[in-house]
Order: sequence, then structure tokens, then C-alpha cells
Amino acid sequence: MKSVMNASLKSFLKSAAGALLGFFIGLIICKLAGESPIKVLKVLYQSSFGTGYDFGMTLFYTAPLILTGLAVAIPFKAGLFNIGAEGQLTIGALAAAWAGVLGAHLQSPAIAIGFAFILSFLAGGVWGAIPGYLKAKRGSHEVITTIMLNFIAAGATAYFTLYSIKDPDSSQAETIPIPPVFHLKPFQIFNGAPMGELILVLIGIVLLLHFILWNSVWGYELKAIGENERAAETYGISKQKVWLSSMFVAGGIAGLVGVVEVLGNAHRFKIGFSADYGFVGIAVALVARGNILGILPSAFLFGILQKGAGSLDLETDKVTRDLSYIIQGLIILGVASEGIWDSLKLIRRKKNA
Amino acid sequence: MLEAFFSSWVLPTLRVSTPLIFAALGGLWCERSGVVQIGLEGFMLVGAFFAAVATPYFSNPYLGLFIGGLAGMILSLLYGVTVLKLRANQIVSGTAINLFALGIPPFLSKIWFDSTGSTPPIPSESQFHSAPLVIMVFTVVGSALIYHYSKIGMRLRFAGEHPKALESAGVSVSWKRWQGVMMSGFLSGIAGGTLSTYLSSSFTRNMSAGRGFIALAAVILGKWKPIPTVLACILFGLTEQLQIRLQGVVLWGVEPVPVQWIQILPYLITLLVLAFAVGRSFAPKGLGQIE
Repeated sequence: MKSVMNASLKSFLKSAAGALLGFFIGLIICKLAGESPIKVLKVLYQSSFGTGYDFGMTLFYTAPLILTGLAVAIPFKAGLFNIGAEGQLTIGALAAAWAGVLGAHLQSPAIAIGFAFILSFLAGGVWGAIPGYLKAKRGSHEVITTIMLNFIAAGATAYFTLYSIKDPDSSQAETIPIPPVFHLKPFQIFNGAPMGELILVLIGIVLLLHFILWNSVWGYELKAIGENERAAETYGISKQKVWLSSMFVAGGIAGLVGVVEVLGNAHRFKIGFSADYGFVGIAVALVARGNILGILPSAFLFGILQKGAGSLDLETDKVTRDLSYIIQGLIILGVASEGIWDSLKLIRRKKNA
Repeated sequence: MLEAFFSSWVLPTLRVSTPLIFAALGGLWCERSGVVQIGLEGFMLVGAFFAAVATPYFSNPYLGLFIGGLAGMILSLLYGVTVLKLRANQIVSGTAINLFALGIPPFLSKIWFDSTGSTPPIPSESQFHSAPLVIMVFTVVGSALIYHYSKIGMRLRFAGEHPKALESAGVSVSWKRWQGVMMSGFLSGIAGGTLSTYLSSSFTRNMSAGRGFIALAAVILGKWKPIPTVLACILFGLTEQLQIRLQGVVLWGVEPVPVQWIQILPYLITLLVLAFAVGRSFAPKGLGQIE
């Protein structure tokens, strides 16, 4: 038990160090661009923790990243790389807005919100299951199919937004607003930032998934396929079933971003609402190194980066929010580059010799 | 009749296929050497940006295109270091490269042009007419010849197929893979360059729009062989041309097909072709395995 703890602690430290290294290189790039790294750090800090509103907004950016981080991490355990969370969450968000249209007559908030929850999950889940199915039955590489499905989701949701449930009173590309019975209430302390009890629900989902992965047959089969496909198959575990189910669950969880955005924030579906949550989710999952509980701090870290990046546009002369892509890319590379640690060991060994 | 068909379908299709073909050949060399290449999209984007910056600067589109290729190659070095030296997961690192590349053009365009991700238009006197098409044809023929008939091509394929056999013959597998990675960076950079200097006349935000992934799908569809891969690119180019042609056209006597459905056509067809035409079973045997 102790060695397991040590291993996961070691893996956490490695991951944190890799992320720091990537972040540090990002700051050097700022310096090269002629912007003070200290100022960039200050802007990031002020922007995410400055006031109750700022902190609420940071949590609002964290919430979708918890979900997309899970959507990448779960199939990853089964050996699949889901870069389709962006499409899955778009479909889920449209479904949440559609729930408002279908459930316009609902009176009870619990039923209305539950209905939107289920619809978002199912819609995202079905969208996620498509690449799972294609991988299982046709051997199509999930990285390409999920990317294609991201583009298709963007086009399809744009169509339904403009032609099926468009808000006739709005000149924007957005759907009919959902009835107030669907709205989620934000916490007062956040001074108008759109985040409330939902963040606790999301933390609950993370804990639940952690429990399921370690205590259920499904979780066991998932990990078995991910770790050694051939051995798991000889024990009679069907990789088709695992791939399909893990992608369904992942897509469903990504789809719940629709609840965060539509029920919690905009109260309607707007084309292009997502701040690339699906792609940032990849970074979130990698920094967490497949540890489901690790998704929480990791998502929070990237939530700070997302929130702060917007302020970089306003507060600095040379650096824009696009810096966050560069930093995210570098953080992933820093975390993924296992070999960095070997070269450090070599240096230490040479010193000792 | 024939002439009209040629000028309204054949030529435009080859034109829009050009970036796909360059990128797919790059991806082919890289994957053949045994390294998975998800980062084509990122190399393309960076290549497109630098070609669009360098072309008006030197008033020379050839030099601009070459610099686009170099930019892609430099980014591919970062990919090479992480996957070949630091043992990063190839798909993960490729995705990181794509994210990283997404940030570079707006980051630099802010500093250079005070814009958020687009470049000033290329003046008409330094625009391409049809030269990239000719370069593309030569690249295809050259690649096919090198692939099938040269020692370089054979060794590169061995690095992906039987790395141990190649190693025992005294050839460095790692160096062959570096060649594959750099080749993919350079050719995808050129691919991006044709996008910004040949198919349009400036760089716009995120202009590669998934073409790097479509190119990779073409490699898979082409079973990792040069000529079938190029044919697959032309098939995807045809869907793109169809997409351009169908906009605003009245079909079945009713209203025009909504533009949203037409725009997803290339992605939908790529998905369907990938799902129903081939599996992964034709991949090089040593693909993705780094000792």
C-alpha cells in the first residue's frame, strides 16, 4: 500500500514539475515578446482571485474543464484518445437548450433540471459513442474520427440553432431562451458570477467516477483493456464493449457542459460559446496523469489560466489570450516528456561518480 | 465541353487538393519511418502563417513558400525531441504541438502587425499563379520514385516495418525517424504555405481547418502508399470543391441546401470513407513503438 502511495505521489510530483517547466518556458516566451513575466503572473493572479466575482468566474471556467478532463481521462484508461470532447459538449449544450423547449410546460425545477441533465448526457453520450463504435467495429482511428465529428457537430448545431429553435426576437445566432424553471441559482458571494451548487455536484461526479473505476467490474475491465489489450481479451473481456461504453460515458460527461453553460449561464445555446473547453480538457487530463481525483486541481489550474488569459488582452500590450494555447501546449509537452527525468537521473549519477 | 469540364472541375479540384497532397506525403514519410504523426495540422498552420508573412516581405512567393516549409520543420524538431528523445506519447505530443501551433500566429501577429491572428494581404505582383501545382506534381513523382526505388526510401520503410533488422544492418533507426519527422514538418509547412499564398492571399485565423487531419485520413485510406494516398487526397479535394460549388445551389427544386450542411461535407465524407473503406491493419508494423 505504501509503495502504491509513493508511486502515485511520485507521479503527481513529476506531473507538477513538468507542468511548471512548461509554464516557465511560456513565461520566457513572454519575456522575449517584450512583456514582463512578473506582470503576466500578476495579471493572472488578480484576474482569478481578485474579488469574489473573479473567483466565481474562475470556478465557472473550471467547471467545464472538470467535465472535459474526465471525458478525456476515462477513455484514456481504456487506451483511447478522445479529442472529440469539443463536439460532444456542443451537442450536449444544444440538447440542454432543446430540453428547455420540450419541457416548457414543466413546473418543478427539480424535474426540469433533471430532464435537461439527462438529455445533455444522452446527446453527448451518443455523439461520443459514434467514434467508439467505429473504432470497435471498423477499426477507424478515434483521433481522426473525433476531430471530424467536432467539425460535423459545429455545423449541425449551427443548423439547428438557426433553423429549428432559433430565438425569433434575437439578431444573434442563438436559440430560444429556456424557461426560468430551468435556471440554476448562483451563489451570492460570487457577486453575479454564474456558479452555484453545481460545482459541488461536479465534484460529486468526480468522486463517483473514481469510486466506480476502482470498485466495479466495468472499471476493472476498462483498465484491463487499457493496460494490456491482448491479455484482457484472453480473460474474456470484450474490447469492443469497453471502447463503446467508455466513449459513451465520456461523451455524456462532456455533454454535461451544456448544463453548466445553458442552465447556469447563458440560459440558451449560443453558437461558439465554448472557450475550447474540449481541447483544454486534454491538458487537464494529462496533467492529472489519469488520476481521476487529480482532475480537480488540474482543472482548477487551467481554469485560472482560462480566466486570466482574457485579462491578458486588456492589461498587457504585447500578449493576448492566445498565449494560453502556447502555455497549454508547452505544459502538455512538459508533462508527457517522460524522458526528462531519465536525463536528470543520468546527470545525478555522473555527479556522484 | 471537355475543356469546360477541365477548367471548372479538374483544375479547381487539383488546386484545393494541393495542400492536402503536400501534407499527406509528409505524413506518409513520417508514419512509414515508424512515428505516428498527428501534428500535421499544427505544422500546416505555422507554415501558412510564415509563408504569408515572408512572401510580401521578400516580394517572392517561392521564398515565402520555402520559409513556410522551414517553419513547419522547426516545429517538427520540437515534436522529434519530445517523442524520439524524451519518450513522450506520440499522440499526446502531437496534440500538444497542434495546441501550441494554434497560439503562435496570433501571438506573433499581435507583435508584428498589431492584429489578432491575420496577416496583411499579399500584393498581387507577388502572388502565385499555378506554380505550386507544378511543384506538387514534381513532389508526388519524386516521392513515389524515392519510396519505391531508392535506398533512402527502402531504409526509411524498414525503420517503420522492421526496426530491429535495420539496426542489425548497422543503420541508425533513430536517424531515419528523425528524417521522417523533419520531412513531415517541411512538407506540411509547404502545405500550409500553399493554403495562404496559393489558395488565398493572406493568413486568417486557424485557416488549416482540420486539413492536417484529413491528410492523415488520406494516408490511412491510401494504405501508407504514395500514389493511393495522393488519389485519396484528390478524392477529399473533390468533396471540398463540391462543397464550394454547392453553396447557394437549388437542389430538388426547393430551397438551397443550408450552408451548414454543405460545409460539413468534407468532414462527413472523410469520416464515412474512413469508417467503411479501411481499417488500421495496413499500418507499418513498428508504428508508434520507440525503444
